[in-house]
Amino acid sequence: MLQGKQSWRFDSPPVILGYASVVGPEEGKGPLKNEFDLIHEDMRLGQKSWELAEQQFLEQAITRAVEKSGIDQNAVNVYVGGDLMNQITSTSFVARTVGLPYLGVFGACSTSMESLAVAAQLISSGAAHYAIAGTCSHNCTAEKQFRYPTEYGSQKPPTAQFTVTGGGASVLGASGSGPRIKGATIGKIVDMGIKDPFNMGAAMAPAAVDTITRHLQDFQLEPSYYDLIITGDLAEIGHSLARDLFAENQVPIDQTVFSDCGLLIFDREKQQVQAGGSGCGCCATVTYGHLLNRMNRGELKRILVVATGALLSPLSYQQGESIPCIAHAVAIEAEGGGN
Amino acid sequence: MANNKKKTTPTQANYQQLAKAKEPPRRIVRNCILAFLVGGLICTFGELLRKLFQEWGFTEKTAGDPTVAVLILLSCILTGLGVYDKFAQWAGAGTSVPVTGFANSMCSAAMEHRSEGLVYGVGGNMFKVAGAVIVFGTVAAFFIGILHGLFA
Amino acid sequence: MDYVWAFLVGGAICLIGQIMIDGFKLTPAHTMATLVVVGAIVDGLGWYDPLIRFAGAGATVPITSFGNSLVHGALVEFDQNGWIGILTGIFKVTSGGISAAIIFSFLVALVCKPKG
Repeated sequence: MLQGKQSWRFDSPPVILGYASVVGPEEGKGPLKNEFDLIHEDMRLGQKSWELAEQQFLEQAITRAVEKSGIDQNAVNVYVGGDLMNQITSTSFVARTVGLPYLGVFGACSTSMESLAVAAQLISSGAAHYAIAGTCSHNCTAEKQFRYPTEYGSQKPPTAQFTVTGGGASVLGASGSGPRIKGATIGKIVDMGIKDPFNMGAAMAPAAVDTITRHLQDFQLEPSYYDLIITGDLAEIGHSLARDLFAENQVPIDQTVFSDCGLLIFDREKQQVQAGGSGCGCCATVTYGHLLNRMNRGELKRILVVATGALLSPLSYQQGESIPCIAHAVAIEAEGGGN
Repeated sequence: MANNKKKTTPTQANYQQLAKAKEPPRRIVRNCILAFLVGGLICTFGELLRKLFQEWGFTEKTAGDPTVAVLILLSCILTGLGVYDKFAQWAGAGTSVPVTGFANSMCSAAMEHRSEGLVYGVGGNMFKVAGAVIVFGTVAAFFIGILHGLFA
Repeated sequence: MDYVWAFLVGGAICLIGQIMIDGFKLTPAHTMATLVVVGAIVDGLGWYDPLIRFAGAGATVPITSFGNSLVHGALVEFDQNGWIGILTGIFKVTSGGISAAIIFSFLVALVCKPKG
């Protein structure tokens, strides 16, 4: 159901029947190490290329999420997903293995919530009984495609972010036991003219603020409605800028806990991750692990997860273009009502 | 906030200023000291090699070639072992400015794209980072050669 | 004493590179390309050879020396063979370095996988 200008309200909220996160060694050493379903010590997973390894992370997350949901994978009507690779090949190749009807989406690092919102809408509108939403990223494939070869000796500036190696997926159904998706807000492109691909946080913060503000307006809510509003990967600099923008626009974000997945997933003091985590896998593995675990433990009742994406390509950057960004928000509430 | 024009709006300009102010300061002093020390050490090692080669029969003029070749070989080996990039994150220009950086850029690109095969992968991508250096050096040398020919 | 000058001059050139990266916020590729052109210009002015005699490897190891070698090759050939020498001579001196880099990079790529 359309809510306001650009949001969806799910009157029969789709249920997250199962979710899983599979991560690499660096994430497995971070503060959230006990929240992931599976941690791999080797980033290559015995594969011939980084790209094949990335597919493994996603495939394993999907398999595990389906196991935990208790439903038969063949009962799933649609798989919605995407990733950072050119032509989203990681997701497409996994979709080939998974063998389900497939909708590929691209939102860069906002893909986790974009795919979740689309999957939830398909369930809510009756177009699917069961759906899978998933995404992944891999530090080495991202470095290879967007920046430099992984063994190249260049110094990363302190504004750079560390792409998460990991895959996260969830299985949605029209009914059942689990956290519920109450609504979503589809973001629009926001471009404040930032051109530096080593400072994505600054590029994406305005998009996050725009989508969150729009979500609160569309649903006529105050930030205090949520126990937690969390962005995907603004990291240190983007998070701080977002706070400033909220203050400038007089949005009382301090009514609630405002955090960021890129800041939670790594220990910036001990791990060499500069400003924090990034990548589609960042929001996905933190949501389909830590956040939903906390919800199941009763620590969180209502959360708004806002994944943020920088929609540039290596070519657009070299051509001197700025970075257009987007943020998509999904509102998740605990089973048994958010009270 | 939609803006199709290339010109920066005041809102954009304000935000860009805010974003610039938020950038954590780069540790310029620390990086410069390390670059100086590491770069100096690599060059000192190079000097040692030059003197060794001169003892082994090369002249002062011709000792430069094997020196550079040895440094390139060592850089490729360290890149292959996966340690060069760790060292370079710390040492910055100290490792990238000497010829070792040039070799590392080619070796790392070759290794990275091995998965795309020898022709397209290794062959087609080896100069991904180093290409600019060769192109600009060559074009500069061409114009300087012409200027020299005309005026010297 | 040679070693001290090699250390100081080599270190200074790397320091300049670091300032370009951190101070002027140039990318590594831009920095290296600029230093090569600088080395070429300095040799064009005739100042790089004295620097090499003075600092030895402190001047031959940094990437600026690559620019110097390219110009050197062009100028030597020009003196011997006239204008066409500018084209035929450019890679004469640097041939060893470029060949070594290509060959060793290729061989290492055959044997080693990137570790990330």
